[in-house]
Amino acid sequence: MKVHGYPLSTATQRVLACLYEKDVEFQFVNVDMVAGEHKSPNFLPLNPFGQVPAFEEGDLKLFESRATTHYIAHEYADKGTQLLLPGSNKTMAVFQLWKEVEAHQFDPPSTKLVFELRYKPHFGMTTDTAVVEEYEAKFAKVLDVYEARLAESKYLACDHFTLADLHHLPTVQYLLGSSAKKLFDSRPHVSAWVADITARPAWSKVMGMLKQ
Amino acid sequence: MALKLYGAAMSPCTSRVMTCLHEKEADFELIPIDLFAGEHKQLPFLAKNPFGQIPALEDGDLSLFESRAISAYVAEKYKEAGHDLIRCQSLKEAAEVKVWMEVESQQYHPAISPIIFQFFAAPLQGKVPDQAIIDENLEKLGKVLDVYEEKLSRTKYLAGDFYSLADLFHLSFTYYFMKTPCANLINERPHVKAWWEDISSRPAFQKVASAMTFGEKGN
Repeated sequence: MKVHGYPLSTATQRVLACLYEKDVEFQFVNVDMVAGEHKSPNFLPLNPFGQVPAFEEGDLKLFESRATTHYIAHEYADKGTQLLLPGSNKTMAVFQLWKEVEAHQFDPPSTKLVFELRYKPHFGMTTDTAVVEEYEAKFAKVLDVYEARLAESKYLACDHFTLADLHHLPTVQYLLGSSAKKLFDSRPHVSAWVADITARPAWSKVMGMLKQ
Repeated sequence: MALKLYGAAMSPCTSRVMTCLHEKEADFELIPIDLFAGEHKQLPFLAKNPFGQIPALEDGDLSLFESRAISAYVAEKYKEAGHDLIRCQSLKEAAEVKVWMEVESQQYHPAISPIIFQFFAAPLQGKVPDQAIIDENLEKLGKVLDVYEEKLSRTKYLAGDFYSLADLFHLSFTYYFMKTPCANLINERPHVKAWWEDISSRPAFQKVASAMTFGEKGN
């Protein structure tokens, strides 16, 4: 298996977290985003949208991090951590639902905040405080729903860690290093869940890659 | 017992689920939610979707929201009936379907949705469509459609030579898009145009499209 990606990219980290949880061998191929490699003719056949990561296993080529994690979790269902919610169509539906919530409710405002609070300073650009205020308000409403959900369920889809939780890790980790951390801290169940999922050994391995 | 779908016939997300239900020949009851009265932002609906958005689905004691999750559930539950939307027999084909479902979700939807909002929803709030927002998103959508044009020159549908949930997910927002002055983005790309004509002529979608009258007089 090959993952073509960039260690700082949240989408790349999402796939790496899944691979480490499943304890499967893979080769990481660095894509030099600063040099624009992800938009180059060499890379585009791997992902026609010119984004990282891209994934290869034999003749199977995939992109979109959430489709990739889904494939890995199914193909290697018997290895490592159980990341799916097997059982009835009903239990799988609840799992699917919380993955959609991450993609459509959590990701948009949180990604905006990561861009303003982490990415811009890193690249010497000025954070727009009006945008931060607007999106912290939106993100707070989403986290209120999470607080209610996590008060009745240990993890988002059920009582064990699944892809529905894993998909949040990269963005959550970035926000923990920003002023937006206060939004987690003021919500006890969200805060406990954040502490739990970011302490997982597989996630520490992903963070370890950033240090190389 | 029939499924209960809470939503509105002219809503693109409700229509997404209804198209899937028709493809799977599943019995369901559409229970209208009055958006103009704000019914979706109050109890009892909020108990069905804490994000206050339609649609929501009930199947016995199972309560779901997020139209793509609901559609995936329906496609799985009724996999023996109607058209095979998820390629259950092949993990590789199923993975390709998932890729293009994510593409709709992460690339297509964020570009097309603001355009639909400006043309159809903004006027209801007494605003004129914001051309700057429309133009910015048309540019993004054009780039996405360039990728689609290339892919559809190689395969008949997005995930392969088979119609799947990935294609279906595009129907409802694109249907409204084709009613705007921007329909040329689709019509100028021959493979995309042919794909659109094919998927929008499927009987399951035709049943739903007739009620998609958002923005027309009287609605």
